Amino acid sequence: MLRLEKITIAQGDFLLKADFRVTPGRKTAVIGPSGAGKSTLLGAIGGFLPLAGGKLWYRDAEITEAKPGQRPIAMLFQDNNLFPHLSIARNIGLGIRPDLKLSPEDHARVAKALERVGLHGMGDRKPGELSGGQQSRAALARVLVQDRPVILLDEPFAALGPALRHEMLDLVHDLSDEANATLLMVTHDPQDVRRIADDVIFVEGGRAAAPQPAAALLENPPPALQAYLG
Amino acid sequence: MVAGGFVVAAVLLAFLGIGLRAEVGRGIGPAEWAAIRFTVLQAALSAILSVACAIPLARALARRRFFGRGFLITLLGAPFILPVIVAVLGLLTVFGRSGWVNALLQVAGLPTLSIYGLHGVVLAHVFFNLPLATRLLLQGWQSIPAERFRLAAQLNLPPKMVRRTLETPLLLQVVPGAAALVFVICLTSFAVALTLGGGPRATTIELAIYQAFRFDFDLARAALLSFIQLVLAGGAALVALWIIPNFSLSAGLDREMRRWDAQPGLQSMMDAGVIFLGSAFLLVPLGAIVLAGVPGLALMPLSVWKTAGNSLGVAVLSVAVLLSIALPMAGWISTRRAGGAEAIGLIGLSASPLMIGTGWFILINPVTDPVPLALLVTALINALMALPFALRILVPPTREVLTTYDRLSRSLGLQGWSAWRWLVLPRLRAQIGFTAGLTGALSVGDLGVIALFADPDRATLPLQMYRLMGAYRTEAAAGAALLLLAMALALFWICDKGGRWRAEA
Amino acid sequence: MRRTLLATSLLLATQAGADTPVLTVYAGDYFTSEWGPGPKIEAGFEETCGCDLQFATGDLLPRLLLEGQRTKADVVIGLTSDVTAKARATGLFAPHGQDNSELTLPIEWTDDTFLPFNYGHTAFIYNETTMDAPPASFDALLAMPDDVKLVIQDPRTSISGLALVLWVEAVYGEKASEVWQKLAPKILTVTKDWSASYGMFTDGEVDMVLSYTTSPAYHMFAEEDFTKKAAIFPEGHYFMVETVGKIAKTEEPELADAFMAYVLSQDFQQMIPTANWSLPSALPKDQWPDGWDELALPEKVLFYSEEEAAALQAQAIETWRSALSQ
Repeated sequence: MLRLEKITIAQGDFLLKADFRVTPGRKTAVIGPSGAGKSTLLGAIGGFLPLAGGKLWYRDAEITEAKPGQRPIAMLFQDNNLFPHLSIARNIGLGIRPDLKLSPEDHARVAKALERVGLHGMGDRKPGELSGGQQSRAALARVLVQDRPVILLDEPFAALGPALRHEMLDLVHDLSDEANATLLMVTHDPQDVRRIADDVIFVEGGRAAAPQPAAALLENPPPALQAYLG
Repeated sequence: MVAGGFVVAAVLLAFLGIGLRAEVGRGIGPAEWAAIRFTVLQAALSAILSVACAIPLARALARRRFFGRGFLITLLGAPFILPVIVAVLGLLTVFGRSGWVNALLQVAGLPTLSIYGLHGVVLAHVFFNLPLATRLLLQGWQSIPAERFRLAAQLNLPPKMVRRTLETPLLLQVVPGAAALVFVICLTSFAVALTLGGGPRATTIELAIYQAFRFDFDLARAALLSFIQLVLAGGAALVALWIIPNFSLSAGLDREMRRWDAQPGLQSMMDAGVIFLGSAFLLVPLGAIVLAGVPGLALMPLSVWKTAGNSLGVAVLSVAVLLSIALPMAGWISTRRAGGAEAIGLIGLSASPLMIGTGWFILINPVTDPVPLALLVTALINALMALPFALRILVPPTREVLTTYDRLSRSLGLQGWSAWRWLVLPRLRAQIGFTAGLTGALSVGDLGVIALFADPDRATLPLQMYRLMGAYRTEAAAGAALLLLAMALALFWICDKGGRWRAEA
Repeated sequence: MRRTLLATSLLLATQAGADTPVLTVYAGDYFTSEWGPGPKIEAGFEETCGCDLQFATGDLLPRLLLEGQRTKADVVIGLTSDVTAKARATGLFAPHGQDNSELTLPIEWTDDTFLPFNYGHTAFIYNETTMDAPPASFDALLAMPDDVKLVIQDPRTSISGLALVLWVEAVYGEKASEVWQKLAPKILTVTKDWSASYGMFTDGEVDMVLSYTTSPAYHMFAEEDFTKKAAIFPEGHYFMVETVGKIAKTEEPELADAFMAYVLSQDFQQMIPTANWSLPSALPKDQWPDGWDELALPEKVLFYSEEEAAALQAQAIETWRSALSQ
């Protein structure tokens, strides 16, 4: 279980506060107006931004100071999710061992992950040789082999068309179910929320609210959310 | 940081060595002050002109694709790696009193030109350094992701806007560093400045150092002058590096590089003209060297080939030493906000090799015989000389790689050796190849400290060439010079090509 | 890393054989190339000495000064007259032990520390096919039109360049500054060393080059080219000599003495002209190799003793520099 204990994130004049728990195994959408701090929140959870105050827990372990790679977290960003000079298989392999000293079992896992995301036999290609959708699949395959209990998605599919994005979201949905992972994803689109999210974290006015059941919230939004949804 | 410390230590230890033996001698007189003034003047002019000429040449080369372009670019690098005496004779064959240019002018009934004077010094320095400046700028141009040019093409930006949005920011980043580098190289110029400058008017600090060391054996004055040289170079470096804006270009997806802003018509003709003029300026003197060398090849004694082998060994060793210093340093500098740390790299270049060699000789001598170490010390000094080029080439892309893939590598826990192995080294392959080629080529052509304490059986090719010249065997020496040129170019080409193999960027 | 390298080099250094005595001879850099005199000297001396002669090359004086008492040299060959004063001051050298009266130099030699083994004179060399009226005297050289171009070497970096300014001092004394002003427009440029100057001359960039009276010999005997001539001036030519000296603390004093004697031997002296393209120091002219007596040599020879040269040098260079800097 991920717990944000009275955390404050400071970036220049900008302050964001949060104090809540995320129920394990649930898929949570992070929504809010542009610039409200959705990405900042995920960045802080992922370990890329230092906390100005408060603590971050996973289960019984405090991870406030842990390095990004040592957190129980796999994360995808808006861009640069793959190293363009490495083959897809190696990109995925990095999720198993950062030194790429892969055992035969590891290679098998990479192949399996490739197959799972529908990129069977494309392991030798470089990212530049794949389409946008395929690149997203490759990144997801790496998340799969990383096998972390928490997955953070900072709009990695923003550049894809609606159909392709929905396809990816469905894939994410299935993958996190299979892995029984906790998912936090930033999105702009209420449709995305309906499609995949159990809960919603609404970020606005320097505060990230505690997760609330998505369906209820969307049906009966508080005024601020109402204004955002339009 | 360790590597940076190493460079400083290598130079400071050399000074310490000299300090141990220096006695108070004659200080600095009006002649030395005149030398300092002239040195700064010619170096500044050479730096400005080299970079000014490099901008249109690099731009034209960056946006045009034509048959033999890669080969031409490699060939254009040749003047930079030529031994001084060879280059001077080559230049004189073309621009000298009885050179080709004057012969043409005479045929045309025009008054002849004299190359000797400040303009000759600057011309020679531009000849040496235009290739370097062009390569550095070209490298910069090619670091603009293809996606940017695609965007510019999509927006249908006219060339003027491409310049403003893509090229000017890039130039602001690359030009000061390149100019500082050329300035520092020209600070230590000596034989070229004297010969092309037409006599003692063109006395540089390095000549005064040489005189103090070789002729007067006044180590204190030599050290003092070296120190002045170091301060001038360091000052130039700091000024240049401080004004470099520190921003990073976002990464592209390694797509094939195409330039949509290259237009036919006037622009194309101007590019062709620039490439033609630049190539002619750099390649005609090279042609003179080749012409002079071909008949000499057959006259070369067998020993020349053996010394070529020694030089190759020194080159490989120099590259190894260089990379083991430059890569960690580039990594360290890239993680710092200010660019000032790169100035450390210039220390090695601006310290006179004669001084470093002498200093190390003094330090090693009480411990063991320095002669067997001559080649090693030579390699070390070659690496120090090449370090600033290496850093200039390696730091910007390292910084870019580290910024762009910072979050991804941190989220994967990619660090230490793994980060080098799987991220930095492969991303920087082209630049590492370029650096290695440059260092190897420079080392092949460098006479180095070997002249101070050579083992007679382990002479290098340049040394052997000087020996041939000293023994009236001018033709054989020209052959050796050609061999040297070919070797340096081949080394450069192999490393550079190896770095860019299967990667257009 | 450095520690292991040092260790390796120590190992390498001790691998040399210990049976035959070794005579270590420091020599100028050009000396040991296969076309220099070194290999012939080595072969000639080893025939009789029952030893191993090993050359170490490099910048002689700086190296000796740097090494001081730790020098491994037994004998030093190639010290020119401009550096003998500094070399003497190191206190490293012992008397050469040979009889100076055997010398056949054009000047009297009284130094008992440094023994000459070859000599020559400064001279301007021209190509008779391209120069119709070469100057017949130094005065005539000064009076030549300014479009006759010379290349000289820098006295601050080159021994022959230094010899030139002393030459001008010796011929013109007080008037040296005027002489340089007259020469200045004819001096196309100044090079760091002799090689670059001579290269410019053979490439046809200049009409005359400052070199040695023996330079035409190379073209005559090695290339059968008889067009390169030294302009001989009745005012006299500056004498240039190379010497050999024995290190006092040598561990092989007998071998070193034997070497000094070998330097004056007929074998050595007859080999020197074509091996070093210079004149032998102890060989009557009638015993010179074939054709060498045809070489144009000056009647009058000018030379400053060590002390005189040391006293004059700085002033002479400054006169040169200020006249040519205008």
